[in-house]
Amino acid sequence: MAQLEYNELETILYQKPEALEEHPFHFCPGCGHGIALRLVAEIIDELEIRERAICVASIGCSVNSYEYFNFDGLESAHGRAPAVATAIKRCHPHLIPFTYQGDGDLAAIGTAEIVHACARGENITTIFINNAIYGMTGGQMAPTTLTGMYSTSTPAGRKPSLAGYPIRVCEMLSTLEGTAYISRVALHSPAAVRKAKQAIKLAFRTQLAGLGMSLVEVLSPCPTNWRVEPVKALEWLAENMLPYYPLGEYKVIDAVAALKKEDHHA
Amino acid sequence: MFEKTLMAGNIAIAEGAISAGCHAYFGYPITPQNEILEHMSKRMPEEGRVFVQTESEIAAINMVHGAAASGCRAMTTTSSPGFSLKQEGISYLAGANLPAVIVNVMRGGPGLGNIGGAQGDYFQATKGGGHGDYRVIVLAPATVQEMMDFTMLAFELADKYRNPTIVLPDGFLGQAIEPVTMRAPVTKLPEKPWAITGAVGRAKNIINSFAMEPINDQPRIELIRQKLERIRQDEVRFESINLDDAALVIVAYGSAFRSAMTAMQMAREEGLKVGIFRPITLFPFPIKPLSDLSRKVKRFLVAEMSFGQLIEDVRLSLGADAQVELVNQFGGVPMSADEILEAIEKIMK
Ligand SMILES: Cc1ncc(C[n+]2csc(CCOP(=O)(O)OP(=O)(O)O)c2C)c(N)n1
Ligand code: SF4
Repeated sequence: MAQLEYNELETILYQKPEALEEHPFHFCPGCGHGIALRLVAEIIDELEIRERAICVASIGCSVNSYEYFNFDGLESAHGRAPAVATAIKRCHPHLIPFTYQGDGDLAAIGTAEIVHACARGENITTIFINNAIYGMTGGQMAPTTLTGMYSTSTPAGRKPSLAGYPIRVCEMLSTLEGTAYISRVALHSPAAVRKAKQAIKLAFRTQLAGLGMSLVEVLSPCPTNWRVEPVKALEWLAENMLPYYPLGEYKVIDAVAALKKEDHHA
Repeated sequence: MFEKTLMAGNIAIAEGAISAGCHAYFGYPITPQNEILEHMSKRMPEEGRVFVQTESEIAAINMVHGAAASGCRAMTTTSSPGFSLKQEGISYLAGANLPAVIVNVMRGGPGLGNIGGAQGDYFQATKGGGHGDYRVIVLAPATVQEMMDFTMLAFELADKYRNPTIVLPDGFLGQAIEPVTMRAPVTKLPEKPWAITGAVGRAKNIINSFAMEPINDQPRIELIRQKLERIRQDEVRFESINLDDAALVIVAYGSAFRSAMTAMQMAREEGLKVGIFRPITLFPFPIKPLSDLSRKVKRFLVAEMSFGQLIEDVRLSLGADAQVELVNQFGGVPMSADEILEAIEKIMK
C-alpha cells in the first residue's frame, strides 16, 4: 500500500540520495553523524560527482562511513586521513577525496596531518565532526571537551590546570596560507542544518575549482556520551558549545567568495 | 643497451623505483638515506610523477597507503628511527592487502643511535614490527646493483601478493659507490580492479581492515594467512657459495655478507674449507635449504651487525646437532673481514 502511494506521487520532494546505500546507520538515536553523512551524500548528488568521490574515513564512531556511501571509500589509521587523502588527490587529480573525521581523530592524534595538509594547501575537503567527546571509546575527554565538562576521564569536569584548554580548530587552521575555505556550522536546529549544508557544498565546490584546502567543522550532538536525551542534547549544544565555538566563516579566499557569489546569482 | 654507470646505493634504490614504475614517493629526511629523498625530489617531477616531503614518517607511510589504495605503485624510504614510526602504517597496509615498497637503510641503534650502518632492525622487519598477525616480504641486497634490482623486485612481489615488501640494506650499502647496469623501465603494470579509482560503471570498491564483529573479520585475516603460506612456499631466495667442500658455513646478509666473502677468501688461502650461505629473502627465511645443508655440514658461523638476531632464525632452521657460533659488530660499527677470519680460525683450528 505504502509502495503504491509513493508511485502515485507526481513530484518527489525528498528521497534517499543516490550517493547513499540502502544501509541503516548504526549510530545512537539523536547522533549528529547520520545527519552530517546524509548532507554529504545529498551534496555529492547535487554536484554530480558520485563517480569521482572518495570517502576517506577515520577512526571513531564514523569508522565505517564508507559502508553508507554508494561510492568508493577506504579506511585510514587514527588521525591519518588527511595524509591518505593527500596521496589520492596527488595521484588522481580528477578524483574528489574528502576526509570525515571526529575531534579526537583530527585535533588530538591527527593534529600534525591536518595542520600540514592545510599548510601544503592540499586540494582536498575535510568534514570535521566536533562533538566535544570521544564517542567510540565511551566518552573520554576530547581535545574539544569544554572547560568544566564531564567526561569519563574528567569525572570532576575538565580542569585546565590538569587537562589544558579546548582547541578551536577553525581559528587555528585559518591562519595557514594554504587554506581556501574554513567554516564552522552546527546541527542543533533545522535552520542550522540548512546552513551546514551550504557550507559543506561550498567546501566541495572549492575542491572542484582547485582552490586549495577546504574544511567545515560541524558541531554535532553525542547524546549518549553527553548523557542527555536527544532533544536536550541539541539544547545543550546551543547553550554550551556555541559560545566557545562561534559559528561562521573563518577563511574565505577571494576565489571562493567569487564561487559563492556565482551561487547567489544562479 | 644499458651501460654501466658509477652510482651510490641510495641513488640505485631511487632509480630502481623509477624504472619499476613507482608513481608516488613520500619521505621524511633521515641520515643515512637522505640521498634517496633528494634524488626523488628532482626525478619524480621530471617523470611527471608524485613527490611529497612529508611532515613525518607517519604521514609518509599513510600517503603510501592512499597512493597504493588508489592503484599506484608507491614507495617510502627511511632509516631505523623512522622505520619504527612506520610500523602502524605497515600493519594497516598488510591488513588491507595493499602493495607497497618500504626501504629501511638501517643505522645504529637503539634510540637515536648513530648514522653508521647496522642490522639491528632484523627482528622488526622480519617478525612483523607492527601490531597483529601479518608478515612482510623482506629483501636484503648486498651490492649497489642489487639495491636497484631488489627495489624493482620488491614492487613486483608487492603487487603479486598485495602485501607490503621491505628492502633492507644498511647505511654502509646506502653510501657504497659501485658500477651499476641500468634496467629497462617496466612498461606493463598489473591491472588493479580492486583499487579505489572512482565508482564509474562498476559497484563501489572499499579498502579497509576492519569489521564490527570479529567473526566477520576472520575471513579477511584467514586470507592473509593463506597468502603468507604461498609466500613461504614460493618466494624463498638465497645464495650458496663454496658449499660443496665446506666444513664451516658462514651465514650472513648485507654488508656483513660482503665482509664474510673477503674472510672466506682469506680462510681458503690458509686451506680452511669455508663456504657461505646468504639469505636473500629474510622473510620468507630459507628454512628448508639451511636445514638440508645441516645434514651435510655441522659447523655454522653467523656474521651479523647486531647483538644476534639473524642467528635465531638460523638456529631454528638447523638440526639440533649443528654447532652455531656468532661473530658480530653492532651500534653502527662496520664489521671487518679480519674479525670474521679470527672467528673462523678459532672454530677450525
Ligand atoms: C592508534 C589508536 N589509538 C586509539 C584508538 C582508539 N580509538 C578509537 S576511536 C577513538 C576516538 C574517537 O573519537 P572522535 O575522533 O572524537 O570520534 P567520535 O567517536 O566522537 O565520532 C579512539 C581513541 C585507535 N583506534 N587507534
Ligand atoms: S556515541 Fe555519540 S558520536 Fe557515537 S554514535 Fe553514539 S551519539 Fe553518535
